[in-house]
Amino acid sequence: MAKVEEKKGSLRKDELKDVLREMLLIRRFEEKVEERFRAGELPGFLHVTIGQEACAVGVCRALEDGDVIASTHRAHGHTLAKGTHPNELMAELYGKTEGCSHGYGGSMHLYDVQRGNLGANAVVGGGLPQITGAALSFQMRSEPRVAVAFFGDGATNVGTFHEALNLAQLWKVPALFVLEDNKWAESTPESQHSPIRDLSERAKAFGMKAVKVDGQDVEAVYKATRAALDHARSGKGPVFLHLDTERFSGHYIGDPQVYRPKDEAKKLRETRDPITILRERIALSDDELQELDDEVTEIVEASVDFAKSGTDPAPEDALKNVYA
Amino acid sequence: MPELSYREAVRDALSTAMRQDDDVFIMGEDIAEMGGSMGVTHGMVEEFGPERVRNTPISEMALAGAAIGAAMQGMRPVAEIMYEDFMTLAAEQVVNQAAKHRYMSGGQLTVPVVFRTQGGAGWSPGAQHAQQLEAWFVHVPGLKVVFASTPEDVRGLLWSSIYDDNPVVFFEHRTLYGIKGSVPEEIEPIPLGKARVHREGEDVTVIATGRLVHEALKAAEEAEGEGVSVEVVDPRTLQPLDEETLVASVRKTNRAVVAHEAVTRMGFGAEVASVLQYQAFDWLDAPIERVGARFTPLPFAPVMEQFVVPHADDVLQAVYRTVNKA
Repeated sequence: MAKVEEKKGSLRKDELKDVLREMLLIRRFEEKVEERFRAGELPGFLHVTIGQEACAVGVCRALEDGDVIASTHRAHGHTLAKGTHPNELMAELYGKTEGCSHGYGGSMHLYDVQRGNLGANAVVGGGLPQITGAALSFQMRSEPRVAVAFFGDGATNVGTFHEALNLAQLWKVPALFVLEDNKWAESTPESQHSPIRDLSERAKAFGMKAVKVDGQDVEAVYKATRAALDHARSGKGPVFLHLDTERFSGHYIGDPQVYRPKDEAKKLRETRDPITILRERIALSDDELQELDDEVTEIVEASVDFAKSGTDPAPEDALKNVYA
Repeated sequence: MPELSYREAVRDALSTAMRQDDDVFIMGEDIAEMGGSMGVTHGMVEEFGPERVRNTPISEMALAGAAIGAAMQGMRPVAEIMYEDFMTLAAEQVVNQAAKHRYMSGGQLTVPVVFRTQGGAGWSPGAQHAQQLEAWFVHVPGLKVVFASTPEDVRGLLWSSIYDDNPVVFFEHRTLYGIKGSVPEEIEPIPLGKARVHREGEDVTVIATGRLVHEALKAAEEAEGEGVSVEVVDPRTLQPLDEETLVASVRKTNRAVVAHEAVTRMGFGAEVASVLQYQAFDWLDAPIERVGARFTPLPFAPVMEQFVVPHADDVLQAVYRTVNKA
């Protein structure tokens, strides 16, 4: 058994427990964000990633130092999984200078360049060409790094998606295109936004290697990402990673989801929760789970305290950072 | 001093930067073997190879975005957008991404990318191959915008744009590629945000960009024969704008004409006129005149095209109006 666990590309049991902890941290963080938004404390509007935690954690855990990501409007999970401290993320959501974008970005523009997070993008599909470009720079400089774009199924209808994938495959740059297919483009179901049912076909049309994985199975996501990274890093070109995932919540916090069958999300929570799936697989006891939950809940509570006691930018700070 | 064409001057800036700096590379449609639709990059693929003189598919969003992505990693790419009209296709990446990454990240990122593009009427390409869209981009905080009118300027300004840490939209004018001018032996960087006084005068200042700089100089010659002394100033960088030089000139001459090939209405000249009326109000002896294209798409038939865009005579008539000679 130990031999199997140590096989390259797999996670050991203690690592899986840590993976569970990380997914639970994102879940509790997002629940807290919903709560604080409803309490009227958070400006702007927010998209939580409840249900999709395994995508963020499975992919980001497989990355090496030096690999970079570009995220989407639903960015909190990716940001935490790429290593940003919950305090810095929460402070950003409160618009504080201690935030990961120093109050200039907000939920849809989370950056942490030092940790390889090139930014969340509020334009659907907006980050994809830049990931092709980052990967191009790695290729031109012969650096063993990979650039990773996250996006949803809605983005596969945007021109940047097609142009960026075409270019990446043409030039065989070390990039990963990670489709988090939650089957909803805001309120529009996939059946109304795409004429094909398997969106991997779109990548295959460019001749790109495409891999489809259950996005609720964090181990599977991790393994597929490791293999994809090896492929990209060895100069064989980009990989399209199609993660079949579920959005348990609305498009944005407060979305009444009038467009969605009433009990769909509830059923998905019962059958497709990535946290439950992993917890059962590693046979974590109630006590052990509670211990993890207490730990992450404390971290999340502390992040709110940190954010609330943070520094408001001076209004005229708005004039800084326009130009280098 | 050697003489170069405007086209050769652009090529010289690109090639010199690429010789000294591995981080500089160029990408765009048909720029390699074909040398670009205007022949600007002719011969460069032979010297630098297809990795650094990179042909792209007809994908303006991806080529602009890939240049941005490489710039965010510290490279200094120069993306050629074949026609200014196609900047509208690249606009999402230029306006929403390049211009805003530094800001949205709270200063963590720099995006040292140049988007070279060209436009301009005078050869009947019709409505989709000759627009002058500089006003679209000067309106976007985070972008710098350059419009060079001479070989010396285009070389020195492109050099500075490549080595600027901000995204620069760099406009060239199609009808200027063939003009020749003397340039310094070695490239002398021209700082962005510095206007050039092409001709000194006493009675009227003409502030002109691109092709209209040359039309303004012709008009100034003509006016001199009529006893009107015209100063011609080219801002060269539209953003940041050298307000100081423009205002000082108008405070001296007390009259101003603003001239560009883009449509007059809502054009770059409107902002210049606003700057002048505010900072030189008490010095002005006449309303500020504006010269630009009529408010139509560019027509095909040469007679209509010539009617729509401004020429030296339009500048001259505007000059005369400011001195009550019209």
